[in-house]
Order: sequence, then structure tokens, then C-alpha cells
Amino acid sequence: MLIKRAEDLTEADVTPYDVYRERRRFMQSGLAGAAALAMPWLARANITLGKITPGPFGTDEDKTPLKDVTTYNNFYEFGTSKADPAIRSGSLVTDPWTVTVSGECDKPGSVDLHDILKAHPLQERIDRLRCVEGWSMVIPWVGFPLADFIKGFQPNANAKYVEFETLNDKAQMPGLRRRVLDWPYTEGLRMDEAMHPLALLAVGLYGEPLPIQNGAPIRLVVPWKYGFKSIKSIVKVRFRETQPISAWQKAAPSEYGFYSNVNPKVDHPRWSQRRERRIGEFAKRKTLMFNGYAEQVASLYSGMDLKKNF
Amino acid sequence: MPVALIKSLVFALCLLPGVLLGWQFYQDQLGANPIEAITHNTGEWTLRLLLITLVMTPLKRLTGWYWPIRLRRMLGLFAFFYACLHLSTYLWLDQFFDWPEIWLDILDRPFITVGMLAFVLLLPLAVTSNRYAIKKLGRNWKRLHRLAYIVPVLGVLHFWWLVKADVLEPAIYALLLGALLFARLPERKRLGKAKTSPQAAG
Repeated sequence: MLIKRAEDLTEADVTPYDVYRERRRFMQSGLAGAAALAMPWLARANITLGKITPGPFGTDEDKTPLKDVTTYNNFYEFGTSKADPAIRSGSLVTDPWTVTVSGECDKPGSVDLHDILKAHPLQERIDRLRCVEGWSMVIPWVGFPLADFIKGFQPNANAKYVEFETLNDKAQMPGLRRRVLDWPYTEGLRMDEAMHPLALLAVGLYGEPLPIQNGAPIRLVVPWKYGFKSIKSIVKVRFRETQPISAWQKAAPSEYGFYSNVNPKVDHPRWSQRRERRIGEFAKRKTLMFNGYAEQVASLYSGMDLKKNF
Repeated sequence: MPVALIKSLVFALCLLPGVLLGWQFYQDQLGANPIEAITHNTGEWTLRLLLITLVMTPLKRLTGWYWPIRLRRMLGLFAFFYACLHLSTYLWLDQFFDWPEIWLDILDRPFITVGMLAFVLLLPLAVTSNRYAIKKLGRNWKRLHRLAYIVPVLGVLHFWWLVKADVLEPAIYALLLGALLFARLPERKRLGKAKTSPQAAG
């Protein structure tokens, strides 16, 4: 066996840096691949969450297991089956991620996600999530109040509504290749709804960065409204004077209204909204007005006909 | 291959989706919402078997083989079997026999209305699928069993109206069903010939 002595080693024997880097990259991706094989449904946003403190509100109901929260998702950008997002969302690049804020405000601009995270202390909030399809979950989100984010851009007096937009990139989101909805996915809130302390911008769940299928790296959580209002993977925020039309409203205006507050008294043509199945439970439970957050949000809608403004 | 053997093979194949579903349920492999998964799975197999039943006549015409006709009844009964599973999943697991709620569902939700109607129309077909009924009903038996063309139409509609935005799957079923029904039209109608053509005289 020939063992080279040190003096025989020349510069040429040193592994070139490029090769070394390639090898590192290969090994790392291999490791990532192995991790993905172990938990294929759990690719997370590439961010680190700092200190998380318990937030106000929240419920002490049993949390829905992580496996269910991350394998039963409506995220049509990755396919229309509920299993699709967990399987097909690996192609989404969440770092770098920029949120662009425009419209009726004094300080519009683009912010990097890392800067957003630096600016806002994180809280954990355990919220009920009620899907318009008649099922619900309880999810421990990590995030910060949407109001704190909004204030930084100083919306002006004309800002009556906020519109949100999801990333619209076919290369990263295979579901966009089919025009199931009029992409990009958009959602909107009235300004006072957006400023309500219950409205959260979430960047994590179960104490970890958001899995991609749950709307990584940053999404909205509006727990008193049906789940589709809680728009995922947000890239744009616009302050508007006029009421925006959301993606689902555009798709079926008779079925999905702008407000879409959880309301057991107003049925969806396809689903009775009187009851819901909590994921993991057998018997259905009664759906609560404003998904159980009436005490906090009912005053936002006083005097409004909620049958008309569904 | 003897017809009896083909029949037993097809019987086993038809049973397979149900067995698989039961196994997945037992192994807790039906995901976060197993009741929904069972409902969808049994519904889809009902529709598939209804369509497969309609394949038999054109298949016989195309190949000249007679055995497809001998499979029709069994296939239809399997469609009924999965329809029963589908309906009882809804009534039992999903609604837990909450009759007022079920009644409101039938009245208010078009996809449930049409699904129920499809099942009601399937019922007499299953009941009269025996030799005794065929004899007893005579010419009316054939007339009654033309419902086998209506039921899958209702089934596709049931699926279509249930879907939120992505109609791709029901559209595929609709297309297949359309082709199958078209294939059953008498030749002169398919070719668009007038009724007065000499072939039609007989």
C-alpha cells in the first residue's frame, strides 16, 4: 500500500474548493433527502423562530395532532386533493422571501421576511380553524398580530380594506398549471377586521417554522372566519379604498362572500354550517357563531345583516 | 377461458376495493378524515361500476363474445353494493342517523338530492335482478332496467355538484358516460341517418 508522505503532497493534491463545495452540497442534500424520506410531509420554512411567548386569547381545547395538521390541507397551488400539498409542496423556495406592501399608505415598500421576524416579537396562540367544508382543527400557531405589521406601513385615511396575495409561480407551485381558480389567490379584510388583535400573521405552528403545506413562510390566521380567508404564502399586501374581491368570491359569488364569517345560521349551498367534524373526533359538534370568538369580534358587525353580508 | 372462471375472477376483483378500504381503515391509513375518505371511495366505486356495467353491451357488439353479457347483472349488483356502503356511510358515520339534519340535507343540497334520487332508482333494479322478476315482469323488465342509463347520469351530476372548483374528475366520468351512452344508440342514429332510410323500415 502506498501512503504518500507529507512532502509529496502538492497543491494539486488538495481537493479543489469547487469540488469540495459540490461534495458538501451533495451530502447535505442527501441528508435532507434522508430526512425527507423519514418525514416526507414536513418541509419547513427556512427561518429560525426566536423567543415565543404565550399570546392572549386562544383555547384550551385538545390540539389536532401535527400529522393531521400537515397532511390534510386545502392549498390549491399544490393540487386540489387534500393530500397534495404535503406531497407536492417541496418545490417552494421560502428563503429569500419578500412581502411587498403597496396602496393607500405613507410608507409602502418591500420587506424581507427575516427583517419582519426581527421587528415583531412572536407569540403562540391556540386557535380553532373552521373550514367551510364542515371540518375543523385546533392549531397552535406562532405569529404576531397583523395590526403590528400593518402599522409599520402607516396606512392613510383612504385605506378601508387590505388585500393579500399568494405567490403565483408555476415553477414552484405545480397546482397553478391548472386554472382551477383565477390565480393568483387573493383575500381581503376590512381595515377594522385586519386591525383586530385576533387577526394573526403566522410564521410557525407547534413551536416550529411553518411547514410549506400550511402556508410557509408567512400566512394569515383569521380564526373567526372560514379557513379559506386565512390566505397562505403571502407575497403582497395592498391597502385599498374599495372592497377587494377574493379568489373564491370570483369563482362562485353566490357561494362565497367577502366576509365569510363562521355562522351556523347561514348555510353554504353545498354544506350545512350548523355542525362540524373536529378532525380526530367521530360525532359532529355544533358550530359556534364566529367560530366561538363572538365575544371578541361580534361588535365589528353590529347592525349588519349577516345573511346578506355572508 | 370458461365463463364461470371469468365470473369468479371479476367477482373477486369487484370485492377488492371494499376489502382494501376495510384494511386501510383497520390500519388507520385513511388520513385525517377517515369518514370522508370512506364516503368518497365508496362513491367513486359505485360510479365506476355503473359505468363498467354499461361497457358490457358495446364490448359484446365489438368482439362478438357473449360472456360480457353474463357479467352484467353481477357488475350492476356490485354497483348497488357500493352504493349501499356509500349511503350507509353518510347516514351512519357522517350524520349518525340525525334524521332532521339528513332531511334538510336532501331538501337543501342539490348534490344530495340527486344522489338520493339515484339510489332510489337503483333500488328496483337490484330487487328485480333475479330470474323470477325477469319472468314476472316480461317486457316491462327491459323498460324498467333502462334506468341503468339514468342512474349513472345522476351519479355524475351528484359528483359534479359536490366539487368546489376542480371539476376535472367528474368531467372525466361525464365524458366516459357520454361515450358509453352514445355507443348504445342504434347505428342509424349514431350515423345521423333519417328515420325513413330503408334500413330503418324493418
